[in-house]
Formats: sequence, C-alpha cells, structure tokens
Amino acid sequence: MSAAAEMVAEVTYRDACRMALRDALVRDTRVFLMGEDVGHYGGCYAVSKGLLEEFGPERIRDTPLSESGFTGIGIGAAMNGMRPIVEIMTVNFALLALDQIVNNAATIRHMSGGQFGVPLVIRMATGAGRQLAAQHSHSLEGWFAHVPGLKVLAPATIEDARGMLWTAIEDPDPVLIFEHVMLYNSGGPLAAGAGAVPIDKAAIRRAGQNVSLITYGGSLPKALKAAEELAGQGIEAEVVDLRTLRPLDDETICASVAKTRRAVIVDEGWCSGSLAAEISARIMEKVFWSLDAPVARVCSAEVPIPYPEHLEQAALPQVPAIVAAAKGVVG
Amino acid sequence: MPSLGADMEAGTLVEWLKQPGDKLHHGDIIAVVETEKGAIEVEIFMDGIMGRQLIAPHTKVPVGTPLAIIEGVAGEQAKAAPKAAEAPPAPAVSKPIAPTAAPGAAIRATPAARKAAAARGLALDGLAGTGPEGAIQLADVERELSAAGAPAARKGLDLDKMRHAIAAAMTRSKRDIPHYYLATTIDMSRALAWLAATNAARAPEARLLPAVLTLKAVAAALRRYPKFNGFYNDPGGFVAREPIHIGTAIAIRGGGLVSPAIHDCDRLSLDELMAKLRDLAARARDGRLRSSELTDPTITVSSLGERGVESLYGVIYPPQVAIVGLGKIVPRPIAVEDKIEVRPVMAATLAADHRVSDGHLGSLFLNAVDARLQEPEKL
Repeated sequence: MSAAAEMVAEVTYRDACRMALRDALVRDTRVFLMGEDVGHYGGCYAVSKGLLEEFGPERIRDTPLSESGFTGIGIGAAMNGMRPIVEIMTVNFALLALDQIVNNAATIRHMSGGQFGVPLVIRMATGAGRQLAAQHSHSLEGWFAHVPGLKVLAPATIEDARGMLWTAIEDPDPVLIFEHVMLYNSGGPLAAGAGAVPIDKAAIRRAGQNVSLITYGGSLPKALKAAEELAGQGIEAEVVDLRTLRPLDDETICASVAKTRRAVIVDEGWCSGSLAAEISARIMEKVFWSLDAPVARVCSAEVPIPYPEHLEQAALPQVPAIVAAAKGVVG
Repeated sequence: MPSLGADMEAGTLVEWLKQPGDKLHHGDIIAVVETEKGAIEVEIFMDGIMGRQLIAPHTKVPVGTPLAIIEGVAGEQAKAAPKAAEAPPAPAVSKPIAPTAAPGAAIRATPAARKAAAARGLALDGLAGTGPEGAIQLADVERELSAAGAPAARKGLDLDKMRHAIAAAMTRSKRDIPHYYLATTIDMSRALAWLAATNAARAPEARLLPAVLTLKAVAAALRRYPKFNGFYNDPGGFVAREPIHIGTAIAIRGGGLVSPAIHDCDRLSLDELMAKLRDLAARARDGRLRSSELTDPTITVSSLGERGVESLYGVIYPPQVAIVGLGKIVPRPIAVEDKIEVRPVMAATLAADHRVSDGHLGSLFLNAVDARLQEPEKL
C-alpha cells in the first residue's frame, strides 16, 4: 500500500458519496449527473453540493419532477454512449420510473439480442428513521433485487460509498445504488487512496462462530451493535454485509452459515416476499444440513412506516430485536 | 430402532426385557435387537417407566422407528426410549414418541444434528437437547459421540450377516481410505520380564497377559499422537476424539470378527484392563456385546499372535483412521549393542489413513509404543 493510501481522513458517508461522484465526473467526460434538485440545491441529501459550480450545468442537470421522464432520458443517453448517473430522490419516487427501469433498462440487452446495452447508474435514497412519513420512508430495494437485468448495490460503509460508484459506472448494464438515509451523517476514516471496490462480493464485517447476522445498508450498524452486545453475553456473532443485493453472493452467505450453523437476517424491508425471504430460501436450499436452528428474520413491521417517532422506531429493526433473535436461534 | 453401525438399515426386535409398567433406570438393558453384527442389547439412557411397546418381538423395522414409549419423569411428557420399532404397521401415534433419526420423527433435532447422528449411526432419542426449544443440536450429538454409545449383542450371532457387515465395511475402507503401512520390531524382553515378576506372586486367574501391556502402551502413545485416534467423515474431515476407546479385534469361532471398544483405555490400570479384556472376549464370543462397545472404538488394535502370525497389516475400520497390528512374540537373534542375543520380539504395524497423517507421524507413533514397552513398570 502506498504512503498516500495509508493516510486517512475522517469523512462522512455523504462526503464519500460526493467524492465518488466527483471522481467519476473527473475521470470520464461521458459521465453526467441528473435528477431533482441535484444542481442548485446541492441534492436533497446534500450529496451533490458544489458539483454544479465545479462541473457546470451541462453535467450537473436539474430536472423537473418527472421520474419516468428523466430516467428514460438517462436510459437513452446510456444507450447512445454516455455514462449517466441518475439520482432519484428516494426509492419511493422510483415507483414512478418503474416502467423505465424494469421494462427498458433491465430488458434492452436481452430483447435486442445483445445489440444494445444500458450502462446506466441510478442512485437513490432508501429507508426510514428521519420522520418523513410513509411515502418517503420505505425500503423497496428488495423489489428491484427481484428483477433480472439489474444489479442492485447497497453500500453500508464509507469505503463502499466511495468505491462502488466507479465500478458501477464501468459495468455495461444498469446498476442501482441504494443509499440509506440514516447513513449519510455517519462518519469514519477513509484512506486517502481509497477508490473503486468490487461489487460482486459480500463482506464479513465481524467474524464469529455462533450465529450469522446477515444484513445490508442501514441495518449494518445495528447488526454490528447487536454483535457487540451479544459478545458481552458470550455469543460470537458473525456479521455479513451483503453489499450487493442482486446478484446475491451465495457463496459468502452459505460459507458463513455453514460455519455458524445459525442465521438471523436483518432487513429493513417488510418480511413478506422480501430479500430476507429470498436469502432464507437459499440457505434452506444450499446449507440445510448444516443448520442448528431455524433461520430467523428481523424485518420492518408490516405497516406503512409511521410518522410519529416512537411508532417509526417501533416499526423498524432495532438492536434489541436482533439480539433477541440471535439468542433465540443459539438456544 | 437404534443404529448400531453406519451400514445398518434395519433390525429385528428379538425380545423385550422390560415390560409395560417396569421402572427403568439409565443404563438398563430393555430389549434385544438382532442386527448383522449379532444380537445387541439395547440400553436406555433415561429414567422412566416402560409404557406402550410399539413393536412386537420378531418384527424387523428400519433404523429410527420408535420401539416403545417411555413414560416421562417428573411431569415430562412421554419420551421415546431408544428402541427398535417398526415400519409397516405404523404405530398409532397418540403419545409423543421420541424417534431416532427417522424421517418425519417427532424428535426435535436440527438438520446438522441429524446429519451427524446419521453419519455415525447414533440414535437421537434419549439425547438431551440444548438448542432452541430444547432441540438436539450438533454440539449435543458430538458430546454424545464422545461419551458412550448404545447397547450390545446377545444371544447367538448370525455369522452370515456378520460376514456381510464386514464385507461392507472393509470394501468401503479399501475404496475410500488411502492406507499407508509401517512396521517396526519391538524388543519385548523387558516387558516379559516385568510380567513374569509381577505374575509370579499372583494366582493364575489374576495374572496379566502381554496384550494388556501392549494395549496400554498403544493407548499411552495415542495420548501423545491424537491424529490416530478419531474419525474421518466425508464432509468435515478428521475429528480427533478426546477419549481413547480401543477396539480390540476378537475372532469369533466359526468365522467372523468383532472389535468391541475398551473404553478410556489409557485411564485404566493394568488390572482393570485385564478384567475388561477377559470380559469382552467372553461376551464377544457369546454374542453379548453392548452397542456402545460396537460403535465407540476410536482406533482398532488387532493381534493374531495367538494364531502364530508374526505380523499383520490391518484394514482400517471406517470412520476410524488407524489400526495397529500386533504379531506373535517370538525369540529371535538380534543385535544388542555389539553382540548377538536371542530376545523375544514382536512386530508392530500401523495402517493409517493418509488423508489424516503421514508416515513421519506414524513412525513417531510406533516408536512411542516401543518406548513405552521398554518401561513396563510405568504402564
């Protein structure tokens, strides 16, 4: 590792996202950013603050409130040689662009017999915890992870916020990046030389022998905190950060579960038909005979995410529930 | 129906030794089951009262079939005793029955536990579970496997079936296990001299045989070289076993062979070992072994010295990973320092699983056996 790479700076997740955008804009003139309030306002979560001044209105483009329209424009631009980054304010609004994402971006390579591709990156915020009420707070990334033709990423760490974007831009097919709203203010060290990271492997964020806590995105800090508490009670939890929600890294998931023989999946989506359900099914299919307990899930309550703080918090996966689930499967 | 060997699929209930209403204590022999290895006495691993017997004598049932219901103790619900049961006439299940590893059984055991138990032929009924909701989990099975096993043989042996079982095990061994073989010659003069001195003051029935010394020497050497004491299973590889249960190959008159375990061989005194050896040989030839003695050996020692053979190279009994062969003690001229002397010597061989150990380690192990036989007073 070079001396530069060893130098670290304290940055926030938001800073890391911005560094990634800036790096991509500098590296490749085909890259441009497009979305609601990304320019003059600096982004709804202030991720693109300052980029308009640096790169100008051709490359940092404010759009009307028209998710289907600007997502479709992004697809067209990608098909014609550009490397667009489309920002959708929250995944809740991405439903307005679902037709473009599912029927066009995800299908064109297949339907054209490989003649056309859509090297498009769509970033969007996801998740609850900011008292923004149901229409701004749902975790719908699992829906997109259902769709063949898409890659779905969920950076949960500073390094991944900094490093996943460039790898996604280099991908010849559409990649969706989900940034959890509660991570933007989280801080941590980032090596000065930090750069692109792989987007095809899950990561073990904490090693343990007794139970695997499988999670991603905004639930990762909660799982790590739960693992800390469990360690105090003599239970060594292994924390698996999925990082990529489609395609899932079955190998890492199954190796961890085969080792610990117990799995708790922590997913801010709703339980029914969720990513957690899919992961659970894969564990059954691939490592059933290694299990020492039924797979447990800690998901959001099956309600529209409530506005009042105490109800919102009650609806979300929380550390005590993760600890209880882990103790439940350890017995 | 307990599994009394990895290749056992079914067994025949020969007779019930306890009747409904009888009080049962941990360790009681409650039934006799006939398998390819002979008639085996089935032990019970819990206290309770014999409840309904689900299987009639002379019925052959698959491994895992509940044989009887043991009425619970202290408010516990009825649990199934480790017993043989039956397949075709499905018992009307009105009470909770603890079946063994049978599919669909009511025993609460995890997939990992079931797989491990099936691989080792362990019946799950009667095991205490420490997992979620009292489920038997892998750790419980491993604990049980490292402790002791099941019941034993009784009544006549079916030599044809035994031959069949030996054929299956030995074929599997030669197919799956890459054996390597080592041999050494051990000077037995000190051991025999010490035995002669020790036996001189004893009544004939209390005298020790050389086999006691060699078994103890092997056990002591195993303590130092655990790679020869344990099991190799396909997924998972080798797992060393803490206790040293030496399977002692005993020939059966009329053909056949059993290798019942002498449990914790390294912890027994020579006199205890001698008593065990006599007891085992008598019961083996009588067909009255306990199942734990058949399923527990962590290594085998085979001796054909009595038959006048000077050396033998054994075939490993899976999932064990080593077999020690001991030949006849014979007088031979050997070089002692710079003279030739006639001394009693014994050929000791090792056949070991090359997946687990190498010849270098095997040599050290054989040397350790030799070294211990040079200091018999310390055994």
